[in-house]
Amino acid sequence: MGPLVPEIIGSELNLLIALLIGVFFGVILEKAGFASSKKLVGLFYGYDFLVLRVFFTAGFTAMIGLIILDHFGLLDINLIFINPTFVGPAIAGGLIMGLGFIIGGFCPGTSVCAIGVGKIDAMYYVLGTVIGFVIFAEGYPLWEGFYKSGYIGIPRMYDSLGLSQSMFAFLLTAIALLVFWGTSIIENKVNGISGRPAFRFTPYYISLAGIGLVISLSAFMFPPREDSFLEKVADTSFVESYQIDEISIDEFAYNIVNNNKRMVIVDFRPLDEFTKESLPNSHSFSVNNFFEKEPDRFLRIRHNKYVIVAETEMEERKMAIIATEVGYNNIKILKGGLETFRAEILNFEPKEPTNRIEESTFAFRENAKVVIPKLIKENKSSGPVKKVIKRVVGGC
Amino acid sequence: MQKSKYMNPYVAGILLGLLLIATIYISGRGLGASGAIKSIAITSIESVAPDHVENTQYFVEYNKTHSGNPLKSWLVFEVFGVLIGAFLSGLISDRVHFELDKGPHATNRIRIISAIAGGILFGFGAQLGRGCTSGAALSGMAVMSTGGIITMIAIFGGAYLFAYFFRKLWI
Repeated sequence: MGPLVPEIIGSELNLLIALLIGVFFGVILEKAGFASSKKLVGLFYGYDFLVLRVFFTAGFTAMIGLIILDHFGLLDINLIFINPTFVGPAIAGGLIMGLGFIIGGFCPGTSVCAIGVGKIDAMYYVLGTVIGFVIFAEGYPLWEGFYKSGYIGIPRMYDSLGLSQSMFAFLLTAIALLVFWGTSIIENKVNGISGRPAFRFTPYYISLAGIGLVISLSAFMFPPREDSFLEKVADTSFVESYQIDEISIDEFAYNIVNNNKRMVIVDFRPLDEFTKESLPNSHSFSVNNFFEKEPDRFLRIRHNKYVIVAETEMEERKMAIIATEVGYNNIKILKGGLETFRAEILNFEPKEPTNRIEESTFAFRENAKVVIPKLIKENKSSGPVKKVIKRVVGGC
Repeated sequence: MQKSKYMNPYVAGILLGLLLIATIYISGRGLGASGAIKSIAITSIESVAPDHVENTQYFVEYNKTHSGNPLKSWLVFEVFGVLIGAFLSGLISDRVHFELDKGPHATNRIRIISAIAGGILFGFGAQLGRGCTSGAALSGMAVMSTGGIITMIAIFGGAYLFAYFFRKLWI
């Protein structure tokens, strides 16, 4: 599961990859024509919408691509860098950058690309960028208050607008297609080209529009992975008919008493309850963890048996189904849930056995009733095993 | 102008989008540019006036959040790659020349002054907005970050807003 840093790709190799990615970035920018400031500002005067086309096509491709990677569980969205939102500074900074763009004719990325092919104006532009940065750093106390104002966390745009992720991606892509078409008309007008409609019904244009449409519709085919699974297990009859391995409360208790390290307890109770008291060799989990990189590695250790526990068996079933569907093996549930375990083992009321099996079972429960609470108490000192997830630091 | 030699913009966009996906998949972060220029600026200031860096609040805060040599950062390597990539691509298409791009009615002097002024504004704005067109707008849009998309709208909106006043520079 991605991102591949820091486990699969170390920090030194990551720098080498940065260089390689940069080379591709530079080639694409140059090949698209981004080294020319005249072409870059064209969209603001209507004579060349190159930037708009490349920029938005790239943005949508990446957006849909990430949605797909998330849907198939190939990328942990919680680990990647998402730009934090500071409303005021984002608007003010953006407007200043817009002004800088129209006066200077570049943005930082394209200016570096332009220097690569020897553009003298780009060299002066980068010099200006450095001065601009120094002014910001030296005068920092003056605008520090504003710079740190308006923080609203790291929301995603669809949440801010109250839309589903799929709907937002579809709308944005559909708008883009219309904008691409509309700007072609403007471009032809400004450049005095007539008699050549912006959209001709040639195979080339039809396939281009078709691909765009497929991309925008695909947003609906790939809902966020978590949502699609939660929807599945909301259906009670589906959950009840699903085959999941069970472990009886006695076997469960036996493994705890005998300190079987191969039985890992995956505890789905709320974290505060887990913190209060937990079984030995148990780990606090929430449904989100199934879709994250760290817990993913934890759940894939071979020869381990993972027993999902929750207050009720129904809750356990739901989580076990999601785990199985996500692709984890060796997932079991505790028959009857923790409520049964508590009633029959921890608060075992001695009964008169009616046969030999019951006799030994009850004897075992008498013993477990004493031993397990002790283990729970001892376990308390080690505390919950909840990993703090660290996002990659990124941005400019 | 050998216009035919440029790539189809939509194809270029899709390639750039795929590159961005690969970047996020491998390194967990998007593309960027202004951050690298910042790292280079900080390193130069540190070597020229180390005392000054220790006494300036911004640099102190920067060093607290960024450990190690600022030049040994992801963005510096990436931007160095951009330089190489653009040069190679330009070489193949025979577009590497020392030249000054400007509008038909602008003089060299005006173009140089406007390039520096634009750079200053963009450099300042990229700090305030926490990222430039690559880091905030493009990468922000890919991950659907509200902040990134606000910045993107502000950059393009701002440029359209002010375009009329600076038309003499370009048309």
